[in-house]
Amino acid sequence: MTGPSLLQRASHVIKDQTDPHTITMNIGRLIRVVPRSRNIEAILIFFVLGLYAFELAQVQLSTIAKLTPEFFMLWAPIAVLSVVFHVVLRFKASEADSLLLPIALALNTLGIAEIYRLDIAKTIAGDTDLFGFKQVIWASVALAIGFLVVWLVPTHLFLRRYVYISMIIGVALLLSPMLPFVGLKINGAQLWISVAGLTFQPGELAKIALTVFFAGYLVTHRDSLAAVGRKVLGIKLPQARDLGPILMIWLASLAILVLQRDLGTSLLYFGLFLVMIYVATGRAIYVVVGLAVFGSGAFLAGRILDYVGGRFDAWLNPFSDLHYKADVNSSYQLVQGLFGMAHGGIWGTGLGGGFPQMVPVAESDFIISSLGEELGLVGLFAILGLYLLLVSRGLRIAFNHTDDFSKLLAIGLSFVIALQTFIVVGGVTRVVPLTGLTTPFLAAGGSSLLANWIIVALLLRISDSLKAESPKVKALA
Amino acid sequence: MTREMRRVTLLIFAMFFSLLMAASLIQFLNADSLMADGRNPRSLYDSYKTQRGSILADGKLVAWSVKTDDKYQYLREYDNEAFSAVTGFYSLAQGTTGIESALDSYLSGKNSSQFFEQVNSLLSGNPLAGASVYLTIDPKVQQVAYEALGKLTGAVVAIEPATGKILALASTPGFNANLLAMHNTTVANNNYQSLVSRTDSPLINRAIGGELYAPGSVFKIVVASAAFESGKYKPSSKLPNPKKFKLPGTTTYIYNSGEGKCGSSKPKVTIADALRFSCNIPFAELGIALGQDAIAAQAERFGFGKSFDIPLRSTASEYPTGMDDAQTGLSSFGQFNDKVSPLQMAMVSAAIANGGVLMQPTLVNSVLSANLAVLDRPSDISLGQAVSAGTASSIKDMMVAAVSKGVSSNGRIAGVKVAGKTGTAQNGPGQPYTLWFTGFAPAENPQVAVAVVVANGGGMGQRGFGNLLAAPIARKVMKAVLNK
Repeated sequence: MTGPSLLQRASHVIKDQTDPHTITMNIGRLIRVVPRSRNIEAILIFFVLGLYAFELAQVQLSTIAKLTPEFFMLWAPIAVLSVVFHVVLRFKASEADSLLLPIALALNTLGIAEIYRLDIAKTIAGDTDLFGFKQVIWASVALAIGFLVVWLVPTHLFLRRYVYISMIIGVALLLSPMLPFVGLKINGAQLWISVAGLTFQPGELAKIALTVFFAGYLVTHRDSLAAVGRKVLGIKLPQARDLGPILMIWLASLAILVLQRDLGTSLLYFGLFLVMIYVATGRAIYVVVGLAVFGSGAFLAGRILDYVGGRFDAWLNPFSDLHYKADVNSSYQLVQGLFGMAHGGIWGTGLGGGFPQMVPVAESDFIISSLGEELGLVGLFAILGLYLLLVSRGLRIAFNHTDDFSKLLAIGLSFVIALQTFIVVGGVTRVVPLTGLTTPFLAAGGSSLLANWIIVALLLRISDSLKAESPKVKALA
Repeated sequence: MTREMRRVTLLIFAMFFSLLMAASLIQFLNADSLMADGRNPRSLYDSYKTQRGSILADGKLVAWSVKTDDKYQYLREYDNEAFSAVTGFYSLAQGTTGIESALDSYLSGKNSSQFFEQVNSLLSGNPLAGASVYLTIDPKVQQVAYEALGKLTGAVVAIEPATGKILALASTPGFNANLLAMHNTTVANNNYQSLVSRTDSPLINRAIGGELYAPGSVFKIVVASAAFESGKYKPSSKLPNPKKFKLPGTTTYIYNSGEGKCGSSKPKVTIADALRFSCNIPFAELGIALGQDAIAAQAERFGFGKSFDIPLRSTASEYPTGMDDAQTGLSSFGQFNDKVSPLQMAMVSAAIANGGVLMQPTLVNSVLSANLAVLDRPSDISLGQAVSAGTASSIKDMMVAAVSKGVSSNGRIAGVKVAGKTGTAQNGPGQPYTLWFTGFAPAENPQVAVAVVVANGGGMGQRGFGNLLAAPIARKVMKAVLNK
């Protein structure tokens, strides 16, 4: 037997009790053992693929009352690639978290089933703008890139070498929709680029690059950022030069809000940055100051810019005919989404049983209201439970890692999924104003799928690296 | 870092908790009010998923639903305009009327008597099918009634006196319910608006009193009934027979329709002859002598003052209250503020035909579920003795005489003894008359009681009269019932 003996470990724990900080970390390590059984993963993937088949069958039977070859064409590519992904993990990252892949797969396939269900409704109505098979192709590409990342990247730590390159890539991606010729405005928000007929939402990939940058930058500068400068009004402020990055991110977020007309994207990046700087420095003042400046910036934008203020009003009073029938910033979509969810009630209408097609762009922004209508409140609870489970797997990886860069990267990647889900689902359920973000894994859209599957691949890679660092945990497991 | 990560974890849990709360609010607590919002058509669309039951008249489909490819799944179709007063319409754009509205819970499968089918549908996944309504309407009689009215504005009600079953209920002009049932709501709305804007108001069901009419001389049946029921009069009782009659307390004179004496030049005239020749003066005298309370009580026993659910809701017919003697006199030959529906007048004739017993009028024979289980089969309901058998017999004889040798002669049918009474009501200076016929046949064994109203003077202003325009229509309807 390798590793410390039981006695040594016990004394280690007892010795550590002198420092409460260490003991909690050790308890974290001892309890939050990441399950690594690839067999569990295999069983779960098998289950998810079965569920996917069931969902597709229900959609076809309840809408067109027969099973067609499309059923197999939608199912098989995902099934093959997810099995390949699993095999890659067996050989290249055998200690990786066993729940991440099945959970992401469950969300992704449920999204495809609902998008296909909307396609059928559109086809009946004579609409040819379909997304189901596109989504399968994108999911296949995203799965392939996901397992290639796991396969070809031996460790996530190499990312530390490209911190500033990540920043440049991230900022470039974020700003690219504003470039002439390739920039594309959809539904009033300038979030897309269009190259050779393919549209892409570069902000989705930017969130990975910026998370890498934040993690690398904060690990290096956390001490100076945590250092206290002058006291102003009884509050210890950081040194002025350390406020630079906050102001920079704040300005960038406001630029997105003003120039790209999207509150969601700016909220996502700013929120991500605040959480990561808080975790890195332990100083709540960053959060307080950050929220204050962002809030005042957003408030000013709301007062000065009609489209921001209009969205805000439509959020507060969506049912008034003034907003419901408005030409711009209409609350029609939001209200129809709420109507659809109410129609679903607790148990839902069943896949294919509702009228999700009545909500404009139901397949992307409002996939959640479509699923809420057809799967009911219970279905929505299950979906949000899956997201929470996915995020908490990422958090566990962060808790278990000893390396600060890995911790920050894992918590950043997990939080960005959590925050994006909150902003999108919160927008549909009127918790926050409606924005132009996509629901991770569920919504139609290639860039979003690609980015989120890369996040899953990175989290898998980070979780696998735990084995090398903590033999103690492995021995206990 | 661990402490901060814990707080971030808590933040994430709080974010998801708020989402769960918001979703519960929408899908559970506020779901009913969101579904009730007029801008949310989903529950209506749900109702379209059920194949709505058919409406049948003696085996003939009158209204039915066919499968479509659009989101509404089924389209409601109607046989023809003759039945529009009965079926009403079922419209995405404009709601429902008629039987479609009155029996909607059966037709849509939502009635509590269809509980087991509802459970079965939920468990098996088979769509629920609505129940079918079998009408008492005889489609041939209905068609004859509608065509006999033709281009005239008016209504016909034909009732089987012994049971109250309505054999025909027609109102003209009718409308094409298919134009309102169509799924293109813009076109359906336009069609609706063009019906509403027509001056002859096709959407008004004149048979059951979308508007009420002055009864004129057909009301004399009610006054004569009140007289015989009082015990003070019989058909041979004699009343003064002047050429003109000054209404008490006024300087206004009233005249009989020929502006002469009633029947003969004798100083007295019997009630029987007064009815046969439809004289106004003797009935004004009789009404004043009886008093408005006695007439009102009799009118109520015939059903005045009440709405009937047949199951379409009828408008209550009115006999005025608080009149002076002059007004009582006028109201005794169906003028002043008497207002009646054709349904009410058909009920009066039906009660006379049925030995004085008034039956609840109904359009519904039975309601059968999709698997032919009987969900409802209304039994015949007596509404009581409107007049005694003796009074009924006396009135009947007088009405027979009015047709066979009186002024209601156009009600005659060869080989059949018909009882009847015409009416020609004035509606004020220059206004066209309202023309009536009510009666029943055969008198000795009544199979049908009928009331016909022709509004708007039948297009003849003040030149038309009941026997000219209304009686022939009634004759055709009664013949259609008897010849089948």
